[in-house]
Amino acid sequence: MQSNRTASEAATRRVQVVGVRDVLRRFGIAIAFLLLVVVLSTLSESFLTVSNILNIARQVSINAVIAAGMTFVILTGGIDLSVGSVLAYSGAIMAGLLSTGKPVVLSIIAGLALGAILGLVNGIVITKGKVQPFIATLGMLTIARGATLVYTDGRPITGLPDAFVWLGAGEVLRVPVPVIIMTLVFTASYLILTQTVLGRYVYAIGGNEEAARLSGVNVTFYKSLVYAISGLTSAISAVILTARLNSAQPTAGVAFELDAIAAVVLGGTTLAGGEGSIGGTLLGAFIIGVINNGLNLLNVNPFYQQVVKGLVILLAVLLDRRLR
Amino acid sequence: MVMTGIGKQFPGVRALQDVQFQVLAGEVHGLVGENGAGKSTLMRILGGIHQRDAGEIRLRGRPVEIRSPIHARTLGISIIHQELNLVPALSVAENIFLGRAPRRSGGLVDWREMYVRAGRLLADLGVPIDPRRRVSQLTVAEQQLVEIAKTLSVDAELVIMDEPTAALTLEETERLFRFIRDLQGRGVGVVYITHRLEEVFKITDRVTVLRDGQYVGTYPTAELTLDELIRLMVGRRLVEKFPKEAMPPGLPILEIRRLAVRGVFDDISFALRRGEILGIAGLIGSGKTEVAYAIFGAMPLDAGEITLDGRPVLIRSPAEAIAHGIGLVTEDRKRLGLVLQMSVRGNITLPIVKQLGPGLFIRRGEEHALVDRAIRELDMAVASPEQLIRTLSGGTQQKVVVAKWLQTRARVLLMAEPTRGIDVGAKVEMYRLMVELARRGVGIVMISSEMPEILGMSDRIIVMHEGRITAEFPRAEATQEKIMASAAGRVQSAV
Repeated sequence: MQSNRTASEAATRRVQVVGVRDVLRRFGIAIAFLLLVVVLSTLSESFLTVSNILNIARQVSINAVIAAGMTFVILTGGIDLSVGSVLAYSGAIMAGLLSTGKPVVLSIIAGLALGAILGLVNGIVITKGKVQPFIATLGMLTIARGATLVYTDGRPITGLPDAFVWLGAGEVLRVPVPVIIMTLVFTASYLILTQTVLGRYVYAIGGNEEAARLSGVNVTFYKSLVYAISGLTSAISAVILTARLNSAQPTAGVAFELDAIAAVVLGGTTLAGGEGSIGGTLLGAFIIGVINNGLNLLNVNPFYQQVVKGLVILLAVLLDRRLR
Repeated sequence: MVMTGIGKQFPGVRALQDVQFQVLAGEVHGLVGENGAGKSTLMRILGGIHQRDAGEIRLRGRPVEIRSPIHARTLGISIIHQELNLVPALSVAENIFLGRAPRRSGGLVDWREMYVRAGRLLADLGVPIDPRRRVSQLTVAEQQLVEIAKTLSVDAELVIMDEPTAALTLEETERLFRFIRDLQGRGVGVVYITHRLEEVFKITDRVTVLRDGQYVGTYPTAELTLDELIRLMVGRRLVEKFPKEAMPPGLPILEIRRLAVRGVFDDISFALRRGEILGIAGLIGSGKTEVAYAIFGAMPLDAGEITLDGRPVLIRSPAEAIAHGIGLVTEDRKRLGLVLQMSVRGNITLPIVKQLGPGLFIRRGEEHALVDRAIRELDMAVASPEQLIRTLSGGTQQKVVVAKWLQTRARVLLMAEPTRGIDVGAKVEMYRLMVELARRGVGIVMISSEMPEILGMSDRIIVMHEGRITAEFPRAEATQEKIMASAAGRVQSAV
């Protein structure tokens, strides 16, 4: 094919050929997102206002942070169904500690540690126990939900200190704190996935687990770690949600895994693993958020909203597959 | 059945060019050529698995488009594949009648009828296998026979057999031959693909030779001698094809003593010297590839010890093997050797990326320098280090696999089928690379099913049969006949 090209020439050349198809493939979701924004801003005057945009970002942050961890898992070819329950359980533990007067920082650390540990348990069951990720995390979904109900006795935990509530309701220079948290999570995820050994291994494991293993990658360790990351981001999301609601609800996070998976897939990450990006996930989460917001502004019956949301997700993914 | 002017292009490789092929009713037609000559590709086109890029196919004089494997079956074409296509969890009978089980009224499967018919088929073949047994409990040879029975249970007009005897014993082969003659008597055309040339003379009426994807010719088998056939297959390249140089034997680097994995291989011992290329030959199922995986820590050992530079080492995982300076070039680079979605860069540095950092971050500059050097050194045909692996030709992909182990400075390289599925030019380059590595003192274990490669590249040759070493030959004493005999189980010299 390029056999006449000398290797030294090839080595110095780092130009990538870009075609229309390439652009659509890479930015298809971004283009879909812009289209959605254009349509909604013509339909509703209040859509494209600073306050509404910040409002959307705040609403999106909870799902987006979960979806960041989910991206790691899906990139390895796995899935994490337990995120909503893990969120509820770590939120309840945090709120429980806070309501009995424990320091804010300590309570948050405990909640985050719990999320990471639950995720790690998922990872170990999957790697050491050789259980399908779908089943392992389905088990955790039920266990963590049950544990939450036991811990809260089925009642919300309230009476949280202001310093904690600020994490959900506060602002810094008009930017809501949850949006700042989301930004930090995504920046860290981006750096990890593109600049570090862990990121490289995540793609390698998802692309070809056996080849990664035969290249000396400790697949068991890194796969377990990825589920711990997903547990951690669920717990970070629990901080935002608990603070925003000013209480820990025993039923918080039910079905959150579905929106998170939708955001990741909308963002172009393949469920088979090995291909995708964290930036895509952020866009995916925003598409879902914008649809929710737009339909609200347009006063669409909430029952229809679900139908429309599902259709848009399917359409976007179908379009994306066509372009590939 | 007539195929004319068939052409097929794969990304980076021209697999077939202007190939003719014709099978008469009631004829056994041999199709021979070296690995990569295009035999399997041609048959996949006939079987509807690949679509041709050029040419025409006629069945009984009428041009046809073979759109899919199912379509091929309805046209009366049956293929017995090299790789087995059985469902391990189902019974023998269920596999034979997969998708067309006999029904009772009401749509329920008529199990009794199915077992009776399967039993009759197997008995016809002279195969004493209970049709109720699960396929996963059968030996490879038995599975092969079930596969054959499955193909023959369809009333085909053209049966294609791709290396059907690879895992069969002599006796089973004889039985298969009787059955082929039986088919022939019923007017069925049979295409017989094999590497075992003596079988060509035993069973075929005519033989078509392919070389490097091109049509060499079709000959009545009776008018050919074995030597002529080999010359037609290999062409005149044999001499310049192997750039092997005589190397003064270095010190032993890797010693293997009484290695065993239960049910796979047993009592494997050999020593590899610096700069030596040790060939391991053997048929499918001889355990030759598994030996490499076991040494590399990818398959748990049941017994034996491994010594590196005179020191015993314990290797429990590929990571530990790599740390000891061992590299493994897998026999299936797409499935085991490479991450297809990743770039050339990402693949080359995968085994060493952990050492490219302070802490967790990868030093990009250093990584790029390493990759650029590897690309230059191995003369890889890539547009950029960021090019995705799946867009490269087989030969270049294989270079990427080798480049990985240059990064780890491997002293021992285990290469399983190092030139499988790459074209002739790329093969020669791979051989040059192996010689260059040997010159630098790397010890190479080359596991190969290609006889010319084993004979042309090895300093020493070990032959395995059913998990045991049956012979060892120095380069000068090895011949195709001796190796074949040992691979078939004849013990030649005490090791």
